[in-house]
Amino acid sequence: MQIHIQAQGGVPIYLQVMQQIKYLVASGRLEPGDELPSIRSLAEQLIVNPNTIARAYRELETQGVVEKRRTAGTFVADSGSPLARKERLKLLKERIDQLLTEAYQMGFELDEVMKLVEQSSLISQQPKKGPSSHE
Amino acid sequence: MSDFVIDIQHLGRSFGKTEALQDVSLQVPRGGVFGLIGSNGAGKTTLIKHILGSHYAQRGWVKVFGLDPVAEPVKVLGRIGYMSEDRDVPSWMRIGELIDFTRTFYPAWDSGYATELTSVFELDVKQKIRDLSRGQTARVCLLLALSHRPELLVLDEPSSGLDPVIRRDILTAIVRTTTDEGRTVLFSSHLLDEVERLADRVAILHQGRILLDQKLEDIYESYHRVTLRFDRSSSVAPALEGSLHSDGNGNEWTYVYRGQKGQLLAASSQLNATVVAELPLSLDDIFVCNIQGH
Repeated sequence: MQIHIQAQGGVPIYLQVMQQIKYLVASGRLEPGDELPSIRSLAEQLIVNPNTIARAYRELETQGVVEKRRTAGTFVADSGSPLARKERLKLLKERIDQLLTEAYQMGFELDEVMKLVEQSSLISQQPKKGPSSHE
Repeated sequence: MSDFVIDIQHLGRSFGKTEALQDVSLQVPRGGVFGLIGSNGAGKTTLIKHILGSHYAQRGWVKVFGLDPVAEPVKVLGRIGYMSEDRDVPSWMRIGELIDFTRTFYPAWDSGYATELTSVFELDVKQKIRDLSRGQTARVCLLLALSHRPELLVLDEPSSGLDPVIRRDILTAIVRTTTDEGRTVLFSSHLLDEVERLADRVAILHQGRILLDQKLEDIYESYHRVTLRFDRSSSVAPALEGSLHSDGNGNEWTYVYRGQKGQLLAASSQLNATVVAELPLSLDDIFVCNIQGH
């Protein structure tokens, strides 16, 4: 599991960890039943406070993305797939909202934006993979 | 036993006419990482020296593990691992001699752990301190601070002037120390990205005074930065109650605001302004705002 943390970005670290794990689940790079690293080892790997990782895991558990199994550890929840679609939509919608806001601020109309999106999709059929950095 | 490993109340200290610390009250809870931040000359080292009992409190008092570190240095220092900013160790000693020498002061010294750290840090016990690089010296100091598995680890600017590899060793040591139940770390730094990564709680010391002392997660929630658009253009920022800093021109102004988000929104709508952008604040931004306000 690859997670990258940026301090000084203004996004709290526990949120960065949550967003990236959600993205990994949404994109299928983490599958239901996959085990997440222990709090301690992820904290050491990312060099962040263990409480921060614990908080991220706790909130992911509340949201149903992961589940704690007694004594065993933390795993991606079995309900991962329907939720993954919801998460995928949510991530995409956030990007679209941001794109539209910027487009309107620069004075573009919706049909112009649509045309640009179509053109871009012809050039790159495959969407690029990369962790979301926006909430 | 008190829940505070360090309890400082109304501490004051002057050197000649300079007031190095003024009415400093600070409580470091047991377990977790406490980050002390401040510019050079803010009083961080002076404060740490009071915790170690090398300075007595001229005003107020200092308790560490519930004890006065000046009156009971053996009981207090035996439970603290300390790494000083200047990392002063006797240059004529060999690493092995320094380890043996230091061990005699600590009943809880764990020789196995010291040996393990020697190899993890790639240190040669036969080498003399004077022949070591800055980074190797820092590793020796870290080894000496950790090998008795102290209840409280105090690091004064632990990574200043060090390369990223050694910085990583030091920061990893902080993470490891806190994953052990109940152990506490106090570290001072002006490198705010490491404070942001590691601290549970942060205090800002500026010109000998504590300006802020909060849990890191609460700090993020109590500061906001928004760009407001006003229906009229003006040459100075329209006054917004609670704002610490403003910047902009015409009808768009960006404010840094301390307080609840709801109050900020209410205050903006009273000024007939709409929020056009919201930018997260880093610890760096929050630090600068606090310093500039004084």
